Amino acid sequence: MSFTVNGRHLDAAPRPGQCLRTFLREQGFFGVKKGCDAGDCGACTVHVDDAPVHSCIFPAHRAEGRAVTTIEGLAAPDGALSPTQERFVAAQGFQCGFCTAGMIMTASRLTPAQLDDLPGALKGNLCRCTGYRAIEDAVRGVAHVEAPPPGAAPGRNAPAPASRRIVTGSEPYTFDLAMEGMLHMKLLRSPHPHAKILSIDVSGALAVPGVRLVLTHEDAPATLMSTGLHELDADDPADMRVLDDVVRFVGQRVAAVVADSEAAAEAGCRAIRVSYEPLAPVFDAEAALRPGAPLVHDRPGRTSNVLADVHGNLGDSDAGFAAAASIYEGVFESHRIQHVHLETHGSLAWIGADGRLNVRTSSQVPFLARRRLASVLGLPEAQVRVMCARVGGGFGGKQELLTEDVVALAALKLNRPVKLEFTREEQFTGATVRHPMRVRVKLGAAADGALTAMEMEVLSNTGAYGNHGVGVFFHGCNESVALYRCAAKRVEGHVVYANVVPSGAFRGYGLSQTNFAIESAMDELARTLGISPYEMRRINAIRPGNAMVAFDDHPHDVEYGSYGLDQCLDFVEAAMAEDRGAAGAPSPDWLVGEGMAIGMLDTIPPRGHYANAEARLTPAGAYELAVGTAEFGNGSTTVHAQLAVAALNTTPDRIAIVQSDTDASGYDTGAFGSTGTVVAGKAAHIAATGLRAAILNVAAERLGVTPEGCELAEDGVAAGNAQLSLSEIGSPGGLSATGFSDGSPRSVAFNVQAFRVAVHRVTGAIRILRSVHGADAGVVINPLQCRGQIEGGVAQAVGAALYEHVDIGPGGEVVTRTLRNYHIPAFADAPHTEVLFADTSDALGPLGAKSMSESPFNPVAAALANAVRDATGRRFCALPLAADRIFDRLPPRDGET
Amino acid sequence: MDINTITDVVTRPDRSALAGWRAGDAWLGGGTWLYSEPQPGLDRLIDLAGFGWAPIELTDDALTVAATCTIRALHDFAAPADWTSARLIPQCCGALLGSFKIWNMATVGGNMCLALPAGPMTSLAAATDATCLIWTPEGGERRVKAADFVTGDRTNALRPGELLRAVAFPVASFRARSAFRQASLTPRGRSAALLIGMRDGQGGLALTITASTRRPVRLVFAETPDADALAGAIESAVPSALWHDDVHGRPDWRRMLTFHLAEDIRAELAA
Repeated sequence: MSFTVNGRHLDAAPRPGQCLRTFLREQGFFGVKKGCDAGDCGACTVHVDDAPVHSCIFPAHRAEGRAVTTIEGLAAPDGALSPTQERFVAAQGFQCGFCTAGMIMTASRLTPAQLDDLPGALKGNLCRCTGYRAIEDAVRGVAHVEAPPPGAAPGRNAPAPASRRIVTGSEPYTFDLAMEGMLHMKLLRSPHPHAKILSIDVSGALAVPGVRLVLTHEDAPATLMSTGLHELDADDPADMRVLDDVVRFVGQRVAAVVADSEAAAEAGCRAIRVSYEPLAPVFDAEAALRPGAPLVHDRPGRTSNVLADVHGNLGDSDAGFAAAASIYEGVFESHRIQHVHLETHGSLAWIGADGRLNVRTSSQVPFLARRRLASVLGLPEAQVRVMCARVGGGFGGKQELLTEDVVALAALKLNRPVKLEFTREEQFTGATVRHPMRVRVKLGAAADGALTAMEMEVLSNTGAYGNHGVGVFFHGCNESVALYRCAAKRVEGHVVYANVVPSGAFRGYGLSQTNFAIESAMDELARTLGISPYEMRRINAIRPGNAMVAFDDHPHDVEYGSYGLDQCLDFVEAAMAEDRGAAGAPSPDWLVGEGMAIGMLDTIPPRGHYANAEARLTPAGAYELAVGTAEFGNGSTTVHAQLAVAALNTTPDRIAIVQSDTDASGYDTGAFGSTGTVVAGKAAHIAATGLRAAILNVAAERLGVTPEGCELAEDGVAAGNAQLSLSEIGSPGGLSATGFSDGSPRSVAFNVQAFRVAVHRVTGAIRILRSVHGADAGVVINPLQCRGQIEGGVAQAVGAALYEHVDIGPGGEVVTRTLRNYHIPAFADAPHTEVLFADTSDALGPLGAKSMSESPFNPVAAALANAVRDATGRRFCALPLAADRIFDRLPPRDGET
Repeated sequence: MDINTITDVVTRPDRSALAGWRAGDAWLGGGTWLYSEPQPGLDRLIDLAGFGWAPIELTDDALTVAATCTIRALHDFAAPADWTSARLIPQCCGALLGSFKIWNMATVGGNMCLALPAGPMTSLAAATDATCLIWTPEGGERRVKAADFVTGDRTNALRPGELLRAVAFPVASFRARSAFRQASLTPRGRSAALLIGMRDGQGGLALTITASTRRPVRLVFAETPDADALAGAIESAVPSALWHDDVHGRPDWRRMLTFHLAEDIRAELAA
């Protein structure tokens, strides 16, 4: 077949049934991404004869004689970016950047009429990170980035260092490389929710041409482990094997087939014969909690499905409720949702020339993955290297070991490179979801609004395995409750196993579920007492000096490094009042109302989060910064560069960052718990500050002056009229300094979200008319990025609150398996959120910064439910607030019943 | 995605392909659905593009659209100025869940043959009283009213080896007055209910219900009914099992939407 790609003539024959996406990638055009492989997300968009198409559903054989353009062909031959690419850099219309190539290929072909209807024009392009405001700015040519003068980067909108590579499709993500002799793995997954494997006949699979290896539980280490990864291994129960002889959910991996091609590996999976002995399953958390329920993990010593429980009591709740002028009690349900990072899970493993195991993976936690791999495979840690390229989104989902173990096992057996890349369907059936929780909350308050007692009972479903089940549960019970001053607090709860897809870490880590309950209840209490919801929070939220306690009064390391909740409340309340009169109902069938909710998040996970950084001046006079944490769209790389710039009085483009490679930096716990700025960034700043001192010392010595008499500038050091260039200082051996941060003590960050909504009383449709978010992020190192994190968090939470739901079928199987059946916000669905920052400076974070990436998510569902309550008079206690779930409880039109 | 079970693609088929039809074959239209899901039962694709059919032919009384006509080409069709209801074409194209990039590939026939209740080409064809031209493996042709072509969720009137050749839209329909209503769970989401009303010159009303029902329901009234008569007609035409139930809308909600939108259409066209 003959065709052209980016003007270059190619002769190559696609396989029958091959799509254009994989065909182009086989020719080396890795800018063509796989988000869904089903025509829903648009990450693979290319032009065929100038018309944009989804290449993942374009039959490759139809490219014959056609001219194909990929993202790699958009810039001019001399490297000059196209206007659309320029605009995406100038507006920073991306975070992780995985959707960006497709976004640019689409945006570059929009007609004027389409530009007038971006919700329609962009419905085939999904972005999970940005919330689309940044993309709209990019499409419309609004520029935000700055080039700050030397040393002045903090507080400025520096662009992501990878910007140019992202908009040209040249940034290599996990799978964007060709490796000699690469083999492909596919997983056979369980059709049963609970069963014992009696036998597996792999002979049929081994007979398939191209199949090299089949792994079953007989090949897997006996070691029990968890997919959940934390600083402390004991945080997650060791309750699963790489491949087990008992399956506990539909979708659990049963066997792995490694072959020369994905097609052969798939054929191998189809040829495996497994004999199962079905066991009684239990799906629902309440059923799993009942005495006599089938045991999901039937092991010696285990007599129930309870993974963890809490029984906390502070003060006298009974007396508190007795003294209350008003009590509200309700049961609130938060559901399963999926992260839907655009880059699926996956990894590549190979044995290096030195005999070590190398794993390249889409992970937030390379160092933790290395430790878990070493322990489960029985290797010394030094024999394992784990590295991450830029990660295409995570949201907590990549704080798990979901692919690396089985790929590494195969690579070790075959001594060949092996790749496993999840399909989008596997993201739903074989990865993790947010823990569904049922939360009963009871709040009592005096007539003046002061809380007299808080009571919360939580039931969390961890699914078939306990990864993150304990941590999410306790974290969920913590900050949502500790946020309020109240003498009497009682927290009860259980997290239980069930034969469904495992839950895992998800942005907010348990707080979004409990926040929905408590902030809804606070709203009801305020209404009953005739107090504004803002005032209700002012009356009750903790202030500096108050103890931060939830369900026990054990000592902890959380401090008021700064406090900006008061400002956030004031700012948001004022902003919502600005245009209140102007926002009339679109028609009498639309009911309009407002609601708000607040949230608090400790800036760092508890019990240790460590980061090492090394700042180097090379002999050539260039700066390098090595950090261990991963970049997955959170923008930490940009912030690290800005922090280093402040110390080294230089510009961001002069800092080369080496990251997320266990061979390239000291240990780092990883990119979770919103630690990119406050832990890894702090270590980076310390390292850069140390390097500055080292540079000044060397310069002073060589110039024969004191370090105090030297000044570090962009190109070197000056002392009076004497000067040394950076390369002179760096030679011969280079200079280096290290930084370390142990993640303690920790501070608190606050968020306030308010919405004005219109609810159609007949159809149940909800429209967001106004969205305002107040954030206390301390000193904001990069306002544009931080705003983007908040906008994206709010949009993701709007999806969770209004549209998204992972559904479980009658047999325990996930039935929502595609993006067309699991609706994440598209351009048309995401509100424009006005972001207002409190003016605070944190005593603990680097340069006064606090974390701000998970927390904006948390108060969104309650704020929406409270706005719907205000509009309709109806309290909805279960998510999502989808039109088909709420319409039959809405108030009738006047005169109708 | 790659359909890895495919071993052969017939790119230049002729009518003998119908007679040679076998299990494991699939007609390839735009590919936008076939390539979007695993197809473990398929091993051969027969590319309809190879027939080379003219996408759109306009005669005095019919707009004949080849099954292989892309949604893009139909959308861009320059309708004669006196077609009062020509806007139904872009309205229905816009109701497709897929983006304009999908329009560049997806075909009118493919959308109908996929037979999703929310297929907007089915809505358009059923509402305008179009006729489907079907080629049979024996070398013959047969015709089926578009409203009867989709028989249920993912089922259609084609027998094994048959293919949808074209859809003939009566020009008279596009000269009538029409009203279009669509609702979905999300602002630009898959249709949960898509209703089209057509009012002919004699005062009659044809109301076509799609998306909310598992197959199209076309109600024809000699005179525009009043609200109660319309509601009664829907009630008796749609038994409870016919309301569609999937992740894009619960059946009781779709039912409510249908009555609500139908009355809206009736009121608009009665005016």
